[in-house]
Amino acid sequence: MIARLIGDARHLAVGAASPIPATAAFLVKQKSPALRISLLKKRTGNPFTEGSRELFDLVGQGRIDVFFLGGAQIDGEANINLVRADGRRFPGSFGSAFMYPVVPRTILFREEHSRRTLVSRVEYVSARGDPAALVTGKALFSWQKERRRWLLESVHEAGDIRADTGFDYDAPPEVPLTPVPSAQELSVLRSVVARQIAADYPDFARRVWGIN
Amino acid sequence: MNLASPEDIARAIPDGALIALPPDYSMPAMAVVRCLVFLKRKNLRLLGVPVLGLCADLLIGAGCVAEVETSAVSLGEAGLAPRFTEAAERGEIVVRDATCPAIHTALQATEKGVPFMPLRGVLGSDLMRERKDWKVLQNPFSGAEDPILFVPSIAPDIALFHARWADEAGNVWIGRRRELATIAHAAKRTYVSFEEMKPGDLLEDELLAPGVVSSIYVTATAPAARGAWPLGVAGLYDIDDAHLAHYAKAAKTREGFQRYLDEFDWSGKKNSLPA
Repeated sequence: MIARLIGDARHLAVGAASPIPATAAFLVKQKSPALRISLLKKRTGNPFTEGSRELFDLVGQGRIDVFFLGGAQIDGEANINLVRADGRRFPGSFGSAFMYPVVPRTILFREEHSRRTLVSRVEYVSARGDPAALVTGKALFSWQKERRRWLLESVHEAGDIRADTGFDYDAPPEVPLTPVPSAQELSVLRSVVARQIAADYPDFARRVWGIN
Repeated sequence: MNLASPEDIARAIPDGALIALPPDYSMPAMAVVRCLVFLKRKNLRLLGVPVLGLCADLLIGAGCVAEVETSAVSLGEAGLAPRFTEAAERGEIVVRDATCPAIHTALQATEKGVPFMPLRGVLGSDLMRERKDWKVLQNPFSGAEDPILFVPSIAPDIALFHARWADEAGNVWIGRRRELATIAHAAKRTYVSFEEMKPGDLLEDELLAPGVVSSIYVTATAPAARGAWPLGVAGLYDIDDAHLAHYAKAAKTREGFQRYLDEFDWSGKKNSLPA
């Protein structure tokens, strides 16, 4: 599904700890070899030679189309919070305050789909922008820019999404199931992509595909 | 100037200094940081370029830090930075939140000797409400409405990092870790610990010269083999993930953190600490 969101991007960057978006990116690259993928945390052959500012300079110039952001909290207005909530301190905003409004297509990604993570209003706005979509472990939302409101596009399994979601959103009368990957996509994921991911996300590859 | 040991560098860093530090993946001078802890430096102000990790957590836990300006503090795969998290939640340190490119931009302004520099993005963030020193101005070159963020230059008192090599001419080699060059260019004084001494002058080697920070910017160096440990030096040794995981667990409480410090071989005889 994330692979479909990436679509026809030319250059995609993946930040700190995002093995799932990275997996989707490598799947897309199998079909679109011209796609450039820059992994910030690539251990060998890292694409950056100007230190950690190069990623932001690339974005400032419009040389990156797609980026992924997460959040300790994500709210109904698509704000993300990486700083504090309920008296708890999180690591901080990282580059999000810059990346979110400047990258043309930001995809919000958070595996945990709960009222703890998806809230009506974040306590601290680390960054705001107009995202392409929000992907969670349970659902896909698209962003309605004019209405500034989420639209539930699909759910990965039948269930009560509203009960697990702290923000209000629009939804069609019948919410479709998220299409599952095709047999061919699954086979590529489990072979070529799994090996590529294992180089930089060894723990993830071990957990998901049993690769050592 | 080449000093004898990491401790000599630590002694040159006074209480209250504004110290620019690299992220954990970009060669922090951990041997010097441990000496700062041992010397019980006070009221240090840390600048994360653009984020911080273990080095900041050690200094905060040891009570050396009054203020932190950074885009984040975390131990990466090992999770939250426990001493930072508790100190921030209890209000024991001042945290000036920033975002990565704002810190790079502020240092680049200092590199160029200009008082401020503009940066796109950031405008909808709560950072704008907290950072009274940041300003939004109209783009003076645009006829259309075009608000843009201006950040003031930052000139750290001290830049502190580790390097693969130093040479007899006082240069250091940092390879692709160019944020280290930026902080060296912007800081009033730059101290560098290093793995190995190279004879001669690295600037005479055309292949190595692009990765060099010239002696113009380097105040003093000191040898420290495995000086980034338990963090890594690319191509030489990896981050000691097991040690980081051990630290993350131990430092969850003040007592555990103190026990972790007590395990150190402060005599330096092993030039290392128990794993």
